Amino acid sequence: MAETALTTHGLSPARPDGWEGIAADWSSDQRAFKNVSWGKAMMWIFLLSDTFIFSCFLLSYMTARMSTTVPWPNPSEVFALEIAGHHIPLILIAIMTFVLISSSGTMAMAVNFGYRRDRVKTAVLMLVTAALGATFVGMQAFEWTKLIMEGVRPWENPWGAAQFGSSFFMITGFHGTHVTIGVIFLVIIARKVWRGDFDVGRRGFFTSRRGNYEVVEITGLYWHFVDLVWVFIFAFFYLW
Amino acid sequence: MTNVALDLEVQRPSLHAHVHDAVAPAHVEGQQHPIKVYLVVWGWLFVLSACSYLVDYFHLQGYLRWSLILLFMVLKAGLIVAVFMHMAWERLALAYAILLPPVLVLVFVAIMVFESEYTHLIRALFFSAPA
Repeated sequence: MAETALTTHGLSPARPDGWEGIAADWSSDQRAFKNVSWGKAMMWIFLLSDTFIFSCFLLSYMTARMSTTVPWPNPSEVFALEIAGHHIPLILIAIMTFVLISSSGTMAMAVNFGYRRDRVKTAVLMLVTAALGATFVGMQAFEWTKLIMEGVRPWENPWGAAQFGSSFFMITGFHGTHVTIGVIFLVIIARKVWRGDFDVGRRGFFTSRRGNYEVVEITGLYWHFVDLVWVFIFAFFYLW
Repeated sequence: MTNVALDLEVQRPSLHAHVHDAVAPAHVEGQQHPIKVYLVVWGWLFVLSACSYLVDYFHLQGYLRWSLILLFMVLKAGLIVAVFMHMAWERLALAYAILLPPVLVLVFVAIMVFESEYTHLIRALFFSAPA
């Protein structure tokens, strides 16, 4: 990790922690996030902007739902499935939640093995993460198909308030897009890890810069964020 | 969280570590924590998700339902951000820059709750009256 202020002997001076550290970091005539690489800082800032986008979706959904005088469909029943003759409410969403959480677990372990320079384990764990992500998207496609067959549209649904349809397709559609992009991102980085790009210092195709294993952690930040957003969607859209 | 962070912090840019690097090239880099930490968090995320699901399964209603759902949601989000995304071990300058702005969204939420209640009242007054 590149240090901004190196002393003559090549060692970075000790930095204060706590509130003193925040003041020192932000007020110094250098970059604000000391010891944090640009790649990681930029991913965090992108994720912050994405947080605002998802916040606005969930907020507009809340506003629509609270202000409508028409009955709102009961998500518990809408997302119920008949499994082996049993009627189980919300089961589809519960399974999707467990799949996504499992993918977060494998991703966290991939980051760990990346820093230990265990190429094979890192790549395999990333591919498992991508497979679980693809499973999630597949289940979402099933969910969409089922609802469309039942007559749900962005402008209407058979159970009441029309805004249910628009909120559902907007929020889950945007989240599903994020998962899909994440799966592609994971596969690309897993291939680089597998090939040993970060060990031999091979230059990237797009930026022609040499990458390092921190890219695995940055990919992980994106992936965990997708899981994080689902935590909120699960609570506000499906359990409300 | 601070105590945990101190215990788990394997890599610390200290003078000692840098001197050590010069001798042994196989140095520790990045966010390195025992695998066990991730497995424990993973397990907790499963338990908390199951609890959220059970709230719906047992048809809990009212304030009990909402407090439980929000509690499990906040705990899950906290675990993901703190451990999986390594925020617990990042510099405070970064943590506050990222975590504070979303908290301010709560102000927006409060505004929109008042707004939607007002809209609901107006709609009830004008639309639900028999023709």
